[in-house]
Amino acid sequence: MPGVPLQHVLLVGLVLFALGLYTVLTRRNAIGILMGIELLLNAANVNYVAFARYSGAPTDGQIFAIFVVMLAAAEAAVGLAIVLGIYRNFESIDVDATHALRH
Amino acid sequence: MDPVAVTSLRWIPLLPLLGALVNGLAGKAIQRRVGEGAVAAIAVAPVAAAFAVSLAVFARLLALDPSRRVLLDVVWRWLDVGALRVDVALLADPLSTTLLLVVTGIGGLIHVYATAYMRGDDAYWRFFAYLNLFTFAMLVLVLADNLLLMFVGWEGVGFCSWALIGFWWREPVNTTAGNKAFIVNRVGDAGFVLGVFALFWALDAAGHGTVAFREIQRHAASLDGAVLWGVPVATLVTLLLFVGATGKSAQFPLHVWLPDAMQGPTPVSALIHAATMVTAGVYMIARLHFLYAMAPATLAVVAGIGAATALGAATIALVQDDIKRVLAYSTVSQLGYMFLALGVGAWTAGVFHLVTHAFFKACLFLGAGSVIHALHHEQDMRGMGDLHAKLPVTFWTFLMAALALGGTPLTAGFFSKDEILWHAWSSPYGGTLLWGVGVAGAALTACYVCRQVLLVFFGESRADPHHGEPVRESPAAMTGPLVILAAGALLVGFLGVPDGLGGANPFAAWLDAVFASEHIDAAHAAEAAHDVRLEWALMAVSVAMATGGAGVAYLIYQARALSADAVAGIAGGAPYRLLVHKYWLDEVYWATIGRGVRWLARAGAWFDARVLDGVVDGSALVMRAIARLESRFDARVVDGFVNALADATWALGGRLRRLQTGNVNAYLYVVVGAVALVLIARIF
Repeated sequence: MPGVPLQHVLLVGLVLFALGLYTVLTRRNAIGILMGIELLLNAANVNYVAFARYSGAPTDGQIFAIFVVMLAAAEAAVGLAIVLGIYRNFESIDVDATHALRH
Repeated sequence: MDPVAVTSLRWIPLLPLLGALVNGLAGKAIQRRVGEGAVAAIAVAPVAAAFAVSLAVFARLLALDPSRRVLLDVVWRWLDVGALRVDVALLADPLSTTLLLVVTGIGGLIHVYATAYMRGDDAYWRFFAYLNLFTFAMLVLVLADNLLLMFVGWEGVGFCSWALIGFWWREPVNTTAGNKAFIVNRVGDAGFVLGVFALFWALDAAGHGTVAFREIQRHAASLDGAVLWGVPVATLVTLLLFVGATGKSAQFPLHVWLPDAMQGPTPVSALIHAATMVTAGVYMIARLHFLYAMAPATLAVVAGIGAATALGAATIALVQDDIKRVLAYSTVSQLGYMFLALGVGAWTAGVFHLVTHAFFKACLFLGAGSVIHALHHEQDMRGMGDLHAKLPVTFWTFLMAALALGGTPLTAGFFSKDEILWHAWSSPYGGTLLWGVGVAGAALTACYVCRQVLLVFFGESRADPHHGEPVRESPAAMTGPLVILAAGALLVGFLGVPDGLGGANPFAAWLDAVFASEHIDAAHAAEAAHDVRLEWALMAVSVAMATGGAGVAYLIYQARALSADAVAGIAGGAPYRLLVHKYWLDEVYWATIGRGVRWLARAGAWFDARVLDGVVDGSALVMRAIARLESRFDARVVDGFVNALADATWALGGRLRRLQTGNVNAYLYVVVGAVALVLIARIF
């Protein structure tokens, strides 16, 4: 893939990571946070694939990426189940409302 | 040679025990519902039956060959501890059978006598329960085949003696006398027990640990040369056992209890304190004669104590006014003669005197009891006199027994006492001194017994004239035994007429099976060289001395040629006061031992109150102070530390709690911040 240097692809990954982090830190909606996490994971995926493309062993990075996708799916399933549980208990999915264990 | 095994011996002690149990448990009801007669029958029948069994045993032994005359009744194995094996076993050989006949025979007569003497007493049943119990214990003592079982009987008779001396316990003086007897006996018993221990110990060391008489005799030779605490074992053991004998048989210096024991009812005095129990010491030494034969030093002590007691007690008897106390001191004195005989190795003579003495002294006591009974419990001889016509049976029997005690030729006391005196002279352990003391004692004996007969039965009546009831002879139940005993006092001597007087001496032959093997060789030699003329001469001297003694008494109390006051006033009255106060021995005991014990008790109380309590209280104070300090330390330091730790933890927790906001975003900020910090640290 001539013309697109590694640094650019890593930049895309960085931007994705920053967006994801921002989402996770600022969102108070639990589903929003989950979506931010999804961005973080995929930022890592982009890095994996990029490094795989420019290193000598292309399959390794791709296999890791597939693992991460699978893991992200599982994480989303568990996370949504937890969110559903939170909603049933608190009638809300605002993470600021869920501080019943604070004291 | 093994003893003949039998099972009949156990009935001899068991029958009186049965009587004691029935009367002791149900006697009160029997006396109230049925009457005194039933109680008396329950008490007398077992003793009579025991006498019958004893006679059967005697006949059985006679039928055996003289060398085989031993019956053994093993009832059960009593102890089996280590090397110590003790059976409850009864042994009948000629020696114990002799005692058996005395205890059951004379004891039975005294039982019969007591049925009349004690009539009207509220505790009639209790008296006979004790009397039967005593007979049981005495028979155990006599029949025991080992020292431990003998000790059981030994203590049993001591207990019954105590109970019967204080029988009329409402009078404090009686219970005090009982306690005195018990405590003095305790001193002797301690010696006895120590002797048994030492003997067993020494025998065990020699490989033959045993307390059975026949075993001891078989292994006695193994004690030869053995030394314990620097003393030959045989000497030590026999001396310790002799201490027991001095207690039980009222020998100097432990004789002081016997005169006071006269506070008991008169049949008790006759049975326990004249005929049977007090002879236990003599019997014990005769039983263990083979040990004593090994210890010449002990024999010398026994003979010396015996002679001293014989003379000393006789002197005291001279000045007593109580009819029973004269007899009590006489008993002490006569027991002294028995020990004198044992001390010179004349075992047979000692046992023979035991038997004759049992007859005449029991007769004297019962006669005295008859007088006391007739005079309504007057015991002071100064209140008697001129009774020979009013109490003819009592008088004649008392006179016969008194003649025997005084040593009148051909009476029982004459033969047995002169046998002792002859051995005291001729035995290698004897000597002129022992003989001389014995003869002097014999003279005094004749004197005091003559005085007693004259004071009680002759002269003018000094009885209280205001006593309305006439003096009457005692009933047949009392005079019957008196007659039998008086006959015995006159006749039993002929069983043991010494060889020197042409007698065959069947008594010595009978006991020979027991004593023959251990006859002291030299004594045997002296026996062989029996100088008949010398023996006659010695007898003549002692009879002359006795006649002299009796003559003095006659001069003072009947012929009035001498004034009693004048005699008492000799040498400023000092000798008289010495005798009246019994050599001040009670006072000495009181001043030394009595005071000593009291002082010791007081010192102990002081030590307890001041020193021990002080130490205890002081240590308590110290402990309290320490405890107070400790509590302060606990409250301040330990609690303070714990509380401070808790407070610090609490405060820390309060601070840390603020970090736990529950806000997920906040946590994430921290996480991101931390990662950023790490990255920055990495880069620079």
